[in-house]
Amino acid sequence: MTAVCRVEDVPVEGGVCALVDGTAVAIFRTHDGNLYAISNYDPVGMASVLSRGIVGTRGGAAYVASPLHKQGYDLRTGQCLDDPEVRVATYDVRVDDGVVWVGTS
Amino acid sequence: MSPHLRRTLRRTLVVVGHGMVAHRFVQAAVERGLTETHDVVVIGEEARAAYDRVALTSFFEVGADALSLLPSGVYDDPRVRLLLGHAVEGFDLEARTVLVDTGEVIAYDELVLATGAAPFVPPVPGHDLPGCFVYRTVEDLEAIRDAAATARSGAVIGGGLLGLEAANALRGLGLETHVVEMAPRLMAVQVDEAGGATLARHVEGLGLHVHTGARTERVLGTDAVTGLALADAEPLEVDLVVFSAGIRPRDQLARAAGLEVAERGGVLVDAQCRSSDAHVWAIGECAAPAGRMYGLVAPGYAMAEVVVDALLGGAGTFEGADLSTKLKLLGVDVASFGDAFATTDGALELVFADAVAGVYKKLVVSDDGRRLLGGILVGDASAYGVLRPMVASGIDLPANPEELILPQGRGGAEIALPDEAQVCSCNDVSKADIVAAVSDGGGCDSASCVTRCTRAGATCGSCKPVVKKIVEDHFASIGRTVDRSLCEHFALTRQELFDVVAVHQYTSFDQIVAAHGTGRGCDVCKPVVASVLASTVGGHVLEGATAVLQDTNDAYLANIQRNGSYSVVPRIPGGEITPEKLIVIGEVARDFGLYTKITGGQRIDLFGARMEELPAIWRRLVDAGFESGHAYGKSLRTVKSCVGSTWCRYGVQDSVQLAIDLELRYRGLRSPHKLKGGVSGCARECAEARGKDFGVIATEKGWNLYVGGNGGANPAHARLLAGDLDTETLVRYLDRFLMYYVRTADRLQRTAPWVDSLEGGLDRVREVVVDDALGLGAELEAAMATHVAAYADEWKATLDDPEKLRRFVSFVNAPDLPDPHITFRSERDQAVPADSDGPVLLGAAIPVGRPR
Ligand SMILES: Cc1cc2nc3c(=O)[nH]c(=O)nc-3n(C[C@H](O)[C@H](O)[C@H](O)COP(=O)(O)OP(=O)(O)OC[C@H]3O[C@@H](n4cnc5c(N)ncnc54)[C@H](O)[C@@H]3O)c2cc1C
Repeated sequence: MTAVCRVEDVPVEGGVCALVDGTAVAIFRTHDGNLYAISNYDPVGMASVLSRGIVGTRGGAAYVASPLHKQGYDLRTGQCLDDPEVRVATYDVRVDDGVVWVGTS
Repeated sequence: MSPHLRRTLRRTLVVVGHGMVAHRFVQAAVERGLTETHDVVVIGEEARAAYDRVALTSFFEVGADALSLLPSGVYDDPRVRLLLGHAVEGFDLEARTVLVDTGEVIAYDELVLATGAAPFVPPVPGHDLPGCFVYRTVEDLEAIRDAAATARSGAVIGGGLLGLEAANALRGLGLETHVVEMAPRLMAVQVDEAGGATLARHVEGLGLHVHTGARTERVLGTDAVTGLALADAEPLEVDLVVFSAGIRPRDQLARAAGLEVAERGGVLVDAQCRSSDAHVWAIGECAAPAGRMYGLVAPGYAMAEVVVDALLGGAGTFEGADLSTKLKLLGVDVASFGDAFATTDGALELVFADAVAGVYKKLVVSDDGRRLLGGILVGDASAYGVLRPMVASGIDLPANPEELILPQGRGGAEIALPDEAQVCSCNDVSKADIVAAVSDGGGCDSASCVTRCTRAGATCGSCKPVVKKIVEDHFASIGRTVDRSLCEHFALTRQELFDVVAVHQYTSFDQIVAAHGTGRGCDVCKPVVASVLASTVGGHVLEGATAVLQDTNDAYLANIQRNGSYSVVPRIPGGEITPEKLIVIGEVARDFGLYTKITGGQRIDLFGARMEELPAIWRRLVDAGFESGHAYGKSLRTVKSCVGSTWCRYGVQDSVQLAIDLELRYRGLRSPHKLKGGVSGCARECAEARGKDFGVIATEKGWNLYVGGNGGANPAHARLLAGDLDTETLVRYLDRFLMYYVRTADRLQRTAPWVDSLEGGLDRVREVVVDDALGLGAELEAAMATHVAAYADEWKATLDDPEKLRRFVSFVNAPDLPDPHITFRSERDQAVPADSDGPVLLGAAIPVGRPR
C-alpha cells in the first residue's frame, strides 16, 4: 500500500487523483466519512478524469458521475450504473493516523 | 407495365397561386398520395413561397423569414414543381393549357385555382397617389414601413378587423393614427352597436382617433398624400393612407376563360369546389362555393382538403364554414361567433356590460333558453373557447346561462365539452382528437406536443388555452401527475427550489437537502443548488463546501475537453480588444503550447491546458488585465456587437459601447442555462442580436429590445419585447427580464422555451417586465444591483487564495507531474488531442508532452 495524502486533503463529497504504483487512482470521501478508491480512467469518455466528478447517492449507493458524459459509477464496486457491461477497477483504501493508504493489488 | 407506359399515364395537376390555401392543398396532396399519380406544378406570383398571411402584422417584429410556411422553398416530394415569382396570364379550357408570363405553356389534366383575393381600393380621387398603400403582402408592409420612417401621421380607411390591425401597425411604427370607417361602428360585420362602442373606447384609450360614419371623399395631395377629405367633417392631415376597405376575389382569369362567377365575385363552385368546367377547381378566397366567398383561412383549408379528396375519387364536400372570430386587437379581446346578431326566429339576448372595465358580452340563445346560438364578446373573450363549441355541438345550456358570461367570482360556470365539440375551427380538431393524442398510443405528453401533432391551435392560436385545459383535465382524470421533480433527491422544480432557498435563507446544500430532500444529491441537483445559491447568497463558486456542488466546468473554472484537458477563455467585452492584449493572448498560447480558435462569441479560446497549468496561465492573463470569460458557467457568456456608429457609415448608435456596458454589467450572472446577448448598431443587424437570449438593435430613436433567441439545434429568433427605449430604460427592462428568468426558469431551460412555457408567453413577460404587473420590478432590479455590486473576478480571487488553488494538481501526491493520459499530436501546425486507448501506467509509457 502507498501513503498518498492526509484525509483532509480529500474534500468531503469530492475526490482527488493519486499516483499509486504508476496507476492513476481516484480517491473519494463521502458525507459519512468513508473513503473509496477506484480507477481514475473513465472507460466511456476514454480519459483520466473520474476524481473530478460530482459525488452523491443513487438509490442509497454512494456514486460518482463522470465529468465528461455523466455516467455514474458505484464507489464500492466500480460498477457503471448506466451500463451493466462497464465496470472500473476498485482499490483498497484505509486510513492510518490521518494518512490515506491505497493499494493496487 | 413498361416504364414508358407508366410515365405517360401520369397526369398533370396545375395549381395557380402559392398562398396559404395552395400550400395546404399541396401538403394534403403529398400526404394523401395524390402525387403517386399526378405531377404537380405550382405557379405563384409572389417572389416568396407561401407564408402565414394571417400573422402578417408580426412581420414588423419577426421579419418575413419567420412567416414562411415552406422555409426551404421546395417540397420534399420531387414530383412537385414550384415556380415562384411568375404569374399565370390565362388558361384555355378547350386545350387544357395555362400560359405563364415566362411564355411557357403548361398542359394540365386538372387545374386548381388558388389565387386568393385582392384588397378593394375605393375609386376615390387620389387613391393612387404615392403614400397610398394596401395591407396584404410582405411587400406591402415593407413599403409601409419605409414610408412610415419619414411620416408623422397616417389614416386607415376601413374600421373592420383588418383595418384595426393595420391601424395598430401604424401606431407601432410611431405614427399618429386615424381610423376612418363608413359604418356607424367599428367591426360592423362582427359586433353590434354596443360592442362596437365598447371597442371604440378601448381603441381611443390607446391614442388612436376613430372616425365612424365617415365617408372618404378624396385623398388630398398633388405629388404625394397630404391629407384626407371627409364628407361632413374637417379634413385630416396625414402623410400616409392604408386602404383596408374589404377584399375582392381574384377571379379575372376565370372570367376571361369563360368560367361562371358568383354575383358578388369569386369562381362559382359546387360543394366539391368544382367550377363550371369539370377539370377546373377553385379553393380559398378566390372561390365562391354556393355563390359565397369566405375571407378566412379555415374555410380555404377545408376546400383544399375537399378537392384533394375529390381528385382521389372521394365524396367529401364543403358545407359552409364557421365564421366565428376571436382575436386580440390592440390588446383588446374581441370575439364574435354563431348567430351574433340574433337573426334566428325568437332568439333571445343576454347582455353583460361593464363600462368601467370596458367589457361587453352578449349571448344569443334559442327562444326556449336551452341552446346557445351565438354571441359577441368585447374586452374579455376568455369564455370563447367554451362557448363557440357549445354553439357548434348544440349541447344544452345550463339552467342559468348568464353564468357563462358573468365575471369570475360572480358565477362563472365550468362547462364540460362533449367529445365531438370542435375545439380548433381553423384545423377542424375536436375534443376527442385532442384526448386521443394524449391517451395511450397517442404519443403526446403535453399541450404543445398536441398542437404540433394535431394542429389544434397551430393557426390562429385562440383555442390554445382550451387545448391546454383539456390535456390537463385528461391527465388529472387518469391520475397522472406531470412529474417535474429535479431528480430522485428533490421533488421540486428549480423554481420551487429557488423559492424555498430564498424564503429560508439557506446557505448550504446540507441545510437544503436535510430540510427538503433525500439522500446526498447527484450531478443534476447539486449544480442546480450551486446556481441557486450563487443567485441568493453570492460568493465564490469554489468557496468551501460549494466547490463540490459545481458542475464539471465550474469546478475548475475552465471547459473540460475530450482528453481531460481544459480550454481557457478570457473575457473580451463586446469583442473589442487592444493589440497589446491580443499579443498577450498569443504569447500565453505559444508559451503553454495551446491550440487557439476564434469563437462565435467574438473571443479567443485557448485549448489543451492541463489542469495543473490553469493557475499559471491565468496568472499571466490576470496580470495583463484579463478576467474570467465564464465560458465554463451556466451564466452570461458574451454580448456580441457589430462595429457600430463609431466606424460604420450605416450605424445609428454606438453598439460597441452598449455591448461592453451590458457584458460588464451582467458578467458572472449565474442562470438556468448559458446566456448570450448581442447589440447591433442599425437594422442591418450584423451582430445577429436576434439569435441571442437578449438582443438589442439600434433605431433612430433609441434601442429595440428582443428576447428569447438562440442558435443551436433548435434555433429561435428573439422577439420584440419593447421598442425605441432610451439606454436607462433598456437596462432597467433587461435587469428585470434576466432576474425574472434566473428565478423562474427550469434547469437547463433557455430563454426561448422559458418564455413559451409561461402562461401568456411573451405577452406575460411584457406584463411583468414592462408593465410591472406583478409589482416585482423594484425587487428584480435590486437583486441585479446586488449582483453587479458584488461581482469579482473568479480567477483573480482563486489565484489570491491558496485554499482554492489546492485543487489544481494533477496528482495529490505528485502535484506537478503531467498526467500521461493527456497527449497531443499536431494538426495544421497546432496541438490537438491524441486519442486514448486505455489507462496508462506511468513508467510503462513516457509521457508525451508538448514543447514548453
Ligand atoms: C393582415 C391580414 C390578417 C388576416 N388575419 C386573418 C385571421 O386572423 N384569420 C383568418 O382566418 N384569416 C385572416 N386573414 C385572411 C387570410 O390571410 C386569407 O383568408 C388567406 O390567406 C387566403 O388564402 P388564399 O391561399 O386563398 O389566398 P392568398 O394567401 O392571398 O394566396 C393567393 C396567392 O395567389 C397568388 N396569385 C394570384 N393570382 C395569381 C396568378 N394569376 N398567377 C400566379 N399567382 C397568383 C397571389 O399572389 C397570392 O400569393 C388575414 C389576411 C390579412 C391580409
